[in-house]
Amino acid sequence: MSETKLKRVDLIFGEYSNVKYKVLTDTIKRSNDEILDDLLESGLRGRGGAGFPTAMKWRLTSQSPSAEKYVICNADEGEPGTFKDREILTRVPRKVLSGMAICGKVIGAQRGYIYLRGEYKFLLPDLMKEIETYNEHAKSIGLDFPIEVRLGSGAYICGEESALFESMEGNRGEPRNKPPYPTTSGYMGKPTVINNVETFVNVMMIMRLGPVQFKLLGTTDSRGSKVFSVSGDTPIPGIYELELGMPLDRFVDEFGDGDTKAVQVGGASGFCVPRKKFKDTVIGFEGVPTGGSMMLFNSSRSMYNVLHNYLEFFEEESCGQCTPCRVGCQQLRKGIEAVKKGDKKSLYLDQLLKLSESMKLTAKCGLGQSVANSFSSIVYNFKEEMIY
Amino acid sequence: MKNTNKDMKKQINLTIDGIEVGVDEGTTILEAARKLNIHIPTLCYHEDLCVAGNCRVCVVEQEKVKSLPAACAMPVSEGMVIHTNSMKVRLARKHIVELLLSEHHADCTKCYKNGICELQGLASQMLTGDHLFLDLVPDHKYTIDMFNTAIIKDDSRCIRCQRCVRTCEELQAVSALGVAYRGNHMKISTFFEHPLFEVVCTNCGQCVNRCPTGALIERNYIDQVWDAIYDTNKHVVVQTAPAVRIALGEALGMPPGKIVTGRMVAALKRLGFDSVLDTDFTADLTIIEEGNELLSRLKKALLDKDPKVSLPMATSCSPGWIKFIEHTFPEFLGNLSTCKSPQQMFGALVKTYYCQKRKLDAKNVVSVSIMPCTAKKFEANRPEMRSSGYKDVDYVLTTRELGIMIKQAGLDFESLPEEHFDSIMGASTGAAVIFGTTGGVMEAAIRTVYEVVTGREIPFEGLNITPVRGTEGEVREASLKLEKVKPEWSFLEGVELKCVVANGLAHAKKVMQDVKDGKANYHFIEIMACPGGCLGGGGQPIPTNKDIRTKRKQAIYEEDMGMSIRKSHENPEVQLIYKEFLGQPLGHKSHELLHTHYTPRKRY
Repeated sequence: MSETKLKRVDLIFGEYSNVKYKVLTDTIKRSNDEILDDLLESGLRGRGGAGFPTAMKWRLTSQSPSAEKYVICNADEGEPGTFKDREILTRVPRKVLSGMAICGKVIGAQRGYIYLRGEYKFLLPDLMKEIETYNEHAKSIGLDFPIEVRLGSGAYICGEESALFESMEGNRGEPRNKPPYPTTSGYMGKPTVINNVETFVNVMMIMRLGPVQFKLLGTTDSRGSKVFSVSGDTPIPGIYELELGMPLDRFVDEFGDGDTKAVQVGGASGFCVPRKKFKDTVIGFEGVPTGGSMMLFNSSRSMYNVLHNYLEFFEEESCGQCTPCRVGCQQLRKGIEAVKKGDKKSLYLDQLLKLSESMKLTAKCGLGQSVANSFSSIVYNFKEEMIY
Repeated sequence: MKNTNKDMKKQINLTIDGIEVGVDEGTTILEAARKLNIHIPTLCYHEDLCVAGNCRVCVVEQEKVKSLPAACAMPVSEGMVIHTNSMKVRLARKHIVELLLSEHHADCTKCYKNGICELQGLASQMLTGDHLFLDLVPDHKYTIDMFNTAIIKDDSRCIRCQRCVRTCEELQAVSALGVAYRGNHMKISTFFEHPLFEVVCTNCGQCVNRCPTGALIERNYIDQVWDAIYDTNKHVVVQTAPAVRIALGEALGMPPGKIVTGRMVAALKRLGFDSVLDTDFTADLTIIEEGNELLSRLKKALLDKDPKVSLPMATSCSPGWIKFIEHTFPEFLGNLSTCKSPQQMFGALVKTYYCQKRKLDAKNVVSVSIMPCTAKKFEANRPEMRSSGYKDVDYVLTTRELGIMIKQAGLDFESLPEEHFDSIMGASTGAAVIFGTTGGVMEAAIRTVYEVVTGREIPFEGLNITPVRGTEGEVREASLKLEKVKPEWSFLEGVELKCVVANGLAHAKKVMQDVKDGKANYHFIEIMACPGGCLGGGGQPIPTNKDIRTKRKQAIYEEDMGMSIRKSHENPEVQLIYKEFLGQPLGHKSHELLHTHYTPRKRY
């Protein structure tokens, strides 16, 4: 094992201040521009996986002319292998609510919603209690920004922001055409900031520590730390907050079981990194980004089975509206089965790789576009396992 | 004001395939390309419907953007550089069409839409002969919903473009069709996946008009009609609706808006029908019956002060509308005119009056109708539509089906001579012709009612009552003041007759909701279920769009203007039938043969 351990960080789950909502109370006394400047300075990028600069998202929304705006916390944590938002909402809900409230103040929103994954219903009692406390506190400090919870019903696609809005509006959870983007037309067609749970916590911590201290962590492209959900063939599965920008080989040194053959970074919609590339792979927006999921596979695992499992997942969880995703996923799954069985020649994999590239180019939303990530990275790197 | 706003729209400059173009802000790439006569293929896109952007066939390449945006859904932006035919685009499009084909039951030669299927057209354009992907159809256990008398739904041919869903919701506010399940199981279905005949479907057929494949088609009765024609023991009578004669040409390769009445009659005679008659005759009869019904309701309301009389009175010619109100506003069934539709009046009279005059036994008479409509198929099969003692109308064919029969018979339609309808029940007026467009029944009724009540012709130039001529996509209100009325109608003196005309069930719903909420105070309501009226009916030639429907509408008014008689009560055969057979409007015989009742239905 490596001697220099990865740097553990304690921003997200760190102690609350003794005074309830102190950071929030202090922050709302500052001007919107000051807050946005700090956010920009911090270099914070969205923690859901896509990594859009948070300050830009907020600024665009604050500039959208509308009397009605919303802040939504995306807690529809559905990516296979991700379970960090559950932990955050359980242990530090106050930080999440504070981040949302700061956003509400900055963009001029009247209301905030937490869109909670249906399977996390068990979090509700405690979360509601905290929200009640928050709502009372907000009132007491003159902040007109109540927060509510909306519960999802179990569709993976509803984690996609525009499908999430549709779901909240009572419609079938299907992604919308973009543009318009949420910054101008989101929930109820109004300008909306939608951020991941962890992003809001980061905002709150930046307000507390200041951007300079936040920037001490991470790299130029990936500032700060990240909560990782580590699972698979590891002796120490669990949730870890680590500095962004780490090389994958050091991560594997620390979390692997000594026989790690591949790491799936970013869940089913992320990338599979084989052993030979561990050394050159950086976890962060400059390398392989992740919403937090890190799945380790050792040599006892069949990568064909892993991929087959992902494809079955996508096949079911696609909303089904657009052709590349609905039919493409079925073709990819059926296609690797045919190759494995010998019904199709191994060359057919090239055909499927081209198809996955077309899906990436033409699918209506991020779900369909990202199927190619795991597909191509697994098929390229583990071709023999697909065929034999 | 509107114009100035439009003029002030910001201009956006972009380049498509190397050609620079300036368009209004908010224009899509697809619309901009069409301006340059660059054809980007589409599938889920339809001019009448909101943009879905879900088939992805229309993807294009945008410089400096990684993914390929869908041209139908992507608005233009300043300086955009678009390529509609790059290598990337061609491969992606081919993949998409191949994917659609892989989930589509592509036994084209067995398909009713063979030759006019949009997916088939795309496939031939892209030369998708190599079958890149695996056949997915066997993975799904498809069933065909063929329990309905009007529309057949075959999911194995469905490509999930959702045109039907958008049609049913946006144009018709019926929402009988919706999306069920997700991912590989996603399908277009009904409430609890019941068959179409058990749900709120009105059989209007607008979905059929817009389905790009053979997933939604009319139930055709072509072979049954041929059998009847070839059966020497049968006397086969055919009636043709007003909106057929201005659209049939399209099904036979002619441009929209051609009046083909004479050629249609000639074709029907050559197909072997024993008598070619005109639904216009019973359209005129409808005006006499319905006009008198309206007057009698007004009398009861205004003179007798009868609180039980149902006003406003609504027209009952459109069977899609009838089923809609039965489901959606069953408490207003009393407001419907009790008059049967012209088709069913005709059917009842064929097997009574016509047989009597021609000395035929009704059991040997087969009554066929050619309609712009799929709902008419359902209507003809209603149990109450047997007042002649037989099934009043045996088979209903759409304009499209007639087009197929003409092709099957090898007739060169365009070169046929113009022939006249047979008599009896073949005489028509301009008032009857305009039944085929929105506002037509209202206009025909006013031409007659005004004259009955005042003794004078309606004071509009050329009898063209333009204020009630409906427009697609709007609810048109009009009022008519009755002055210097005849003494027997003195209770109508000074009364302002309030009318409303609506087409498309979404607008019908709005009108009825206003009536229900007490916001509207109408006397007479004309509703046609389809956009633009019967000329945009669910049985009309495919494709359909606003431009085509406008041309059909112009043709209808042209046909009206060309008729020597323009008022229903002046139809000589109508006058004759009252003298010889019916006695008087709303008389005993009329009630027996020409009037009907309705059935309250549930929404679910």
